[in-house]
Amino acid sequence: MEDIIAETHAKRIPCRGRQISFLASILGETFAPFPPSISPFLPCTVPSSNNNYTSYASCDNLGDFTRHVREIAKERGDPRMAIVLERSERLRDCDANILPVLCRLQELTQDVNIVVILCSTLPVDKFRASTGFMEPIAFHFPQYTKDELVRILVTRRVTDYSEEFYTNYVNLVLSVFYHATKSLPELKHLVQLNFKVYCEPIEKGEATDTDIKKLWRNIEPHLKKAMSSVYLREVSSSQFERMQSLVSESTTSGDLPQLQPQMKLTGTTKIELPFYSKFLLISAYLASYNPARTDRRFFMKHHGKQRKTQAMIKAKERSSNQLVGPKPFPLERLMAIFYSIIEDKVSPTANVFSQISTLVTLRLVTQIGGEDQLDAPKYKCAVPLDFIRGIARTVGFDIVRYLYDYA
Amino acid sequence: MGLKRQEVCDPEMLKEVQKQLRLNLRLWGTTPDAAKMLLSTYSSQAKHLEELMTRTLKLGESNSALILAARGVGKSALVNIILENLASSGTLGEGVVVRLSGLLQTDDRLALKEITCQLRLENATANKVFGSFAENLAFLLESLRSGSKETSKPVIFLLDEFDLFCHHHNQTLLYNLFDVAQSAQAPICVIGLTCRLDVIELLEKRVKSRFSHRQIHLFSEEKFEPQYVNTIKLLLSLPETFLHKSFVKTWNAQIDDLMKADDVLRVTKRLYDTTHDIRALKTLLLLCVSQLNADRPKLTPDMFTAAQPIMRAEAKTNMLQGLSILQLCLIIAMKHLTMIYEGEPFNFEMVFHEYLKFSQRKSTMQSFERPVVFKAFDQLKCLELVRPVDNTRGIQREYQLVQMMITPLQVMDSLNQLPGIPTDVQQWATCSFA
Repeated sequence: MEDIIAETHAKRIPCRGRQISFLASILGETFAPFPPSISPFLPCTVPSSNNNYTSYASCDNLGDFTRHVREIAKERGDPRMAIVLERSERLRDCDANILPVLCRLQELTQDVNIVVILCSTLPVDKFRASTGFMEPIAFHFPQYTKDELVRILVTRRVTDYSEEFYTNYVNLVLSVFYHATKSLPELKHLVQLNFKVYCEPIEKGEATDTDIKKLWRNIEPHLKKAMSSVYLREVSSSQFERMQSLVSESTTSGDLPQLQPQMKLTGTTKIELPFYSKFLLISAYLASYNPARTDRRFFMKHHGKQRKTQAMIKAKERSSNQLVGPKPFPLERLMAIFYSIIEDKVSPTANVFSQISTLVTLRLVTQIGGEDQLDAPKYKCAVPLDFIRGIARTVGFDIVRYLYDYA
Repeated sequence: MGLKRQEVCDPEMLKEVQKQLRLNLRLWGTTPDAAKMLLSTYSSQAKHLEELMTRTLKLGESNSALILAARGVGKSALVNIILENLASSGTLGEGVVVRLSGLLQTDDRLALKEITCQLRLENATANKVFGSFAENLAFLLESLRSGSKETSKPVIFLLDEFDLFCHHHNQTLLYNLFDVAQSAQAPICVIGLTCRLDVIELLEKRVKSRFSHRQIHLFSEEKFEPQYVNTIKLLLSLPETFLHKSFVKTWNAQIDDLMKADDVLRVTKRLYDTTHDIRALKTLLLLCVSQLNADRPKLTPDMFTAAQPIMRAEAKTNMLQGLSILQLCLIIAMKHLTMIYEGEPFNFEMVFHEYLKFSQRKSTMQSFERPVVFKAFDQLKCLELVRPVDNTRGIQREYQLVQMMITPLQVMDSLNQLPGIPTDVQQWATCSFA
């Protein structure tokens, strides 16, 4: 019986034979009582137009729920029932009693033959609450090995090319991506997306399907690019496909860099800000990442000379602000730095101050301790270094010279 | 007929055996044989409890008691067995048993509804329209109060997960139940079951003073030999009432032999040393029984050795095994950070810095861009191998302080078990100063 189940399912779900037969054996044959726990979903009624989209019953507490389960079991002549809960780690965020009740549903429904299967990415340890609960049988589905991944990806192919050819291709993709991810959906997506490019030289007649070296040389830069674009979803896959087709039309890969910036989703380096806002943001960045005691050195004309000592360099390395993150600063310091780095005369009008609060609403700067708007608010800069470098370049300001960590 | 030689190979027989064993091993509830054993284990406590209930049922005395014990040592089972015995001996008679569970009846209103339902007072309440909780309670109390020793049926209240009832608002339900038990009204017996030993401290003063402070502790004083082994034998053996009577002896003899095997003793002793929870034992045995099939119709010692790794599987090691090399590199970097800064929390930037030091100087492996590394780091967070120290919003995610949820020792242990890790990564993991 169990072998049959395992065999039929092995075709649909490859490389999971051992797990399937284990589950089958644990759940047992049709007559055997279920082990108690391995969506509240009442199988009697599926909302549809036939029943006017009503559900089987409404229940607003677990007591009612167990009563309904019992009723269903009675109506149906005590069938074996199973409740499968995917992403069951979210149950921890629900009421504290839901998980314990589900784990002992069999007891609480007074011997209805029911099993609850919890699927989760987290181990059972993370589910335990303070006074404990009935422990389910834990069973681990291991990650696929590399060979298994290749096998699965090859069986899912939709192509006219031979299996061997496709296997080679899958191996190439894995050689680039396997170190970064083992996730099957992710790899499947990447394999599907890049196959067209891989086959291109053959369709153009530049290579044959046995010419693996040439095909590899052709595909490698594409895969590397896919890592930084598709894998991170910086461009959507349809955009990526369009890009690939554009590239193959123009044949010179030199066009690609020009195409890329406008297509990237996270083109954050290209945000448009007013002139003063840019300087305000730069000064916010400087105030966040420089210690206040060094302001005199960076922003005043006549400061005492400072000699670098070995101890200072070491201390710098240890507590680099780039590692620890931005520090909060008061508004006065921001304004002081702003006036020292901007060259023309700016009067502190309402306009300038409103630009600061605009930066806060744009989430480029965060405000700390927001109770009091007027009285000494503190701010933190919330943009990365690359971003601020881009901004500084547009206004011709050399920010690295002013940064304590780099100067 | 040669019934004695009848083997389990017969598929019908095998099915019946499986069914019976699974009944034996149901994680809650007990078969008659197991019930007898449980009664003998807790003989004094059972006697005490039985006497208590009998006095309520026969003499109309009101009582209250708490049964305190760890999880999975048979609190509910014991109470159920005693109630069954009372029912079969006719002592229960007219008495009514009301069962409440702290898990289901999460507040007093639900509990009250359940009590009304189980006491079959719905008809009485249906005629009067009860709006409020207070009215409902008043009605219930009135019904209880109007009764007396002579005229009314005794009621036994079973409060499962008693500690959860203590969290109800003002402990109104508990106060009223104990109050009825204290004063001369309808005879009731309140029995609470809980796994918290300090449950008395949760009670309010007025509730506590009304409670009789009768506590029944269930400790299992089982030794491995012979009690624990006997329990195993009992759970795996077929009862006298089994369908194919002639086969029972053969099977049970097999089980006796099985329990002498070294492997079986080693596996079960190990479990015994870990926990006395009978459910864990049942799980282990269920894992063995589920391996029975047409090819292997007998329980063998290697089924026990096969079941053990499933019971003992270390979840964290399993999780680490599923990680990609990049994620493992991050774990190693975090291990170094935890060791250097002695458990201080760290952020992504520090981990990335550490990773860069490795990938640029020491490794021949391809080094990944920052966003790719950040994605890997995020996945670790989803797996809860890394946990944010505080959940203040508005901090850039690179600078959010996190802590590693595995000890450096666990990391090393599981790294040693993992196949196919590049040598330089392995070396980086072992060297203490990166």
